Amino acid sequence: MKLPKARAAKRRRLTVLLLAGLGLGTAAALTLAAFDDHLVFFHTPSDVAAKKVPLDRQMRIGGLVEVGSVERVAGSAEVRFKVTDLEHAVPVAYVGVLPDLFREGQGVVANGKLSADGTFRAGEVLARHDENYMPAEVAEALKRSGRWQETTGSAK
Amino acid sequence: MNWHRYASPANFKRLSDRLLPWAAGGAALCLGVGLWNALFVSPADYQQGETVRIMYVHVPAAWMAMFAYANLALAGAATLVWRHPLADVAGRAIAPVGAAFTFLCLVTGALWGKPMWGAWWVWDARLTSVLILFFVYLAYMALNAAFDEPERGARASAVLALVGVVNLPVIKFSVDWWNTLHQPASISRLDAPAIHSSMLLPLLAMAAGYTLFFVAVTLVRMRAGLIERRIDALQQQHLADAERA
Repeated sequence: MKLPKARAAKRRRLTVLLLAGLGLGTAAALTLAAFDDHLVFFHTPSDVAAKKVPLDRQMRIGGLVEVGSVERVAGSAEVRFKVTDLEHAVPVAYVGVLPDLFREGQGVVANGKLSADGTFRAGEVLARHDENYMPAEVAEALKRSGRWQETTGSAK
Repeated sequence: MNWHRYASPANFKRLSDRLLPWAAGGAALCLGVGLWNALFVSPADYQQGETVRIMYVHVPAAWMAMFAYANLALAGAATLVWRHPLADVAGRAIAPVGAAFTFLCLVTGALWGKPMWGAWWVWDARLTSVLILFFVYLAYMALNAAFDEPERGARASAVLALVGVVNLPVIKFSVDWWNTLHQPASISRLDAPAIHSSMLLPLLAMAAGYTLFFVAVTLVRMRAGLIERRIDALQQQHLADAERA
């Protein structure tokens, strides 16, 4: 048999816990809302066009590799391509080894500095992959039947 | 239904006696079938090739890291509100298992990130919030064991477990709220899963296997925890008797 006193204490503790949870949740939500734009891993080419990015400072830009924009500079390991978010594009120059997933139309994040001529000089290029997983045959079949949704590679 | 019935150590033991063989057997079956299909039967990805097989280990580990944490927080709430000793036994049983899943998630993620992204680690919102989850698990274990009086350790770590809950939605929605290197969710989204059924089924088998493994290991650890408490109590009694004699 439970004493009513013990039951009241339990109810009180539960109420305190729920109120504390509510307060903590609100505080966390407000903090995260305040972070908002500052918690980004990369800036978009539109941010660059709107001059919302720090110049002469190490930063990352992300977007898709514009189709047809990749050129390798003869006689060196330099690669030039454009990163686009389908509204604006930023030319990128990079010297080094590219990740396996790097290809035209693919998402990338480049880490480097914006130079005065508007070229982004990257010291590191990371590939981004999307959330779609399928076997190659299925991708081929979708493309053949015209049901392939061009989420990438339509940057022309 | 009277849940207190299951909360007494004797009844818990009887319940776990009945559950344990099913959970352990189911885990072995699901992990066996899941791994075979994930590593040998399922197709390579159209973009990632064979590397996609890391997904079958990595994604369920990430789910379980969060699922275990939700259970840890429930145990914490039960410790604070009902002050039931079984709740603390459950919390102490869950924490290292959850930490191990989080560690597995971080390690397989790094092994997957290097070939696909080109980096073992980046400080984006998803990766950072999962690393914080790992540290919260470690802090829970440290705090729980930090007091001479186990009761106080149980209560302090329960508060920590509940505070840490704010991290769960941050982990889940980090890929939607901020732009991250990590890709968004493939399965828990409003339209159909963005993953072909030939890959989805092995993944779900693995997820079931991980879940049953978690249940089995947690039950075993809780039973060990109860026995430990019993030994402690008997030793205390023995000491008290010896002093009186």
